[in-house]
Amino acid sequence: MAGDAPDRQINIKGLVCPYTFVKAKLAMEAMEIGQVLEILLDYEEASRSIPKSMEDHGQKVLKVEKVNDTDWVLLVRKDKD
Amino acid sequence: MDFTDDQLMRYSRHILLPEVGGKGQARIAQAKVFIVGAGGLGCPVGYYLAAAGVGTIALIDNDTVEMSNLQRQIAHSMQTIGMPKVESAKKTFEALNPDVNVVAIQKRISKDNILDLIRDYDIVVDGSDNFPTRYLVNDACFMARKPLVSGAILRFEGQVTTIVPGEGPCYRCLFEEPPPPGLVPSCQEAGVLGVLPGVIGGLQATEVLKLVLGKGEVLKGELLIYNALKTSFRKVKVPKNPFCALCGESPTITELTDYEQGYCSM
Repeated sequence: MAGDAPDRQINIKGLVCPYTFVKAKLAMEAMEIGQVLEILLDYEEASRSIPKSMEDHGQKVLKVEKVNDTDWVLLVRKDKD
Repeated sequence: MDFTDDQLMRYSRHILLPEVGGKGQARIAQAKVFIVGAGGLGCPVGYYLAAAGVGTIALIDNDTVEMSNLQRQIAHSMQTIGMPKVESAKKTFEALNPDVNVVAIQKRISKDNILDLIRDYDIVVDGSDNFPTRYLVNDACFMARKPLVSGAILRFEGQVTTIVPGEGPCYRCLFEEPPPPGLVPSCQEAGVLGVLPGVIGGLQATEVLKLVLGKGEVLKGELLIYNALKTSFRKVKVPKNPFCALCGESPTITELTDYEQGYCSM
């Protein structure tokens, strides 16, 4: 699954908490169970808080990766409506 | 629902809640709530529902704002003394949240207009201060099959219950008939702690949002009694009365009645 292309991508660079998670959560709500969301972000705190909040909401975090000096990419699978 | 950036910020603390989310916030935006009374209870109920983003809020009240209201009726102010209460509250709620459509109805509610007035609304909130209105609203909501969130306050004590037609008791199952005029003192005679309607109205607004979201448990078949002096909350189970004149097995009330005046109408 982690190697597959995500079903949806969002770019939340420039946003800070809590809007980072608000945007990610809204994107997730609009997806089907089993689909994977890719999140591109540049707010360091969100690279820790979004995975934790997603797990708290019952979703599966597949990947948290720092891709360059400023950006992170997260992959989250929707497991719960 | 596509949220604007302003709406994302305004409702972010709702959207973060698993029980609300974007879908729940969209339901709140579509909700239409009818509030009877723009006084002690109607002010905080309407204020919080406006803040929550309830799409349409109707307020009915025939009175104008007086100085003696300002100790507890938080939607009004020195600037709106003399103005119809519904117009004063509309100004306040729209200043708080321009997303909300506030329908101000400056009328006395009666058996002849209530069914037409509540027809297009999902939920009714009773914030009235007198027994004739309380029974009229209960009977009309039962006939129109509208959920009713009822609240009442006096001195240091308040009560709240949520009536869902067909799913539990109605107000007449609790108290069959209005008390005779003069028996129960009014707020005008007995006084009321100014913050009390804030507590009770806050509870009523919470009940409304749970009904809109379909989450949690509302006060169905239960009367919540708050005593501000003791800081105590007491929940009393209220069974449905099979002999209730309105919602019982052989109802005798089949049309609306305007009870005698002579009650408090502050």
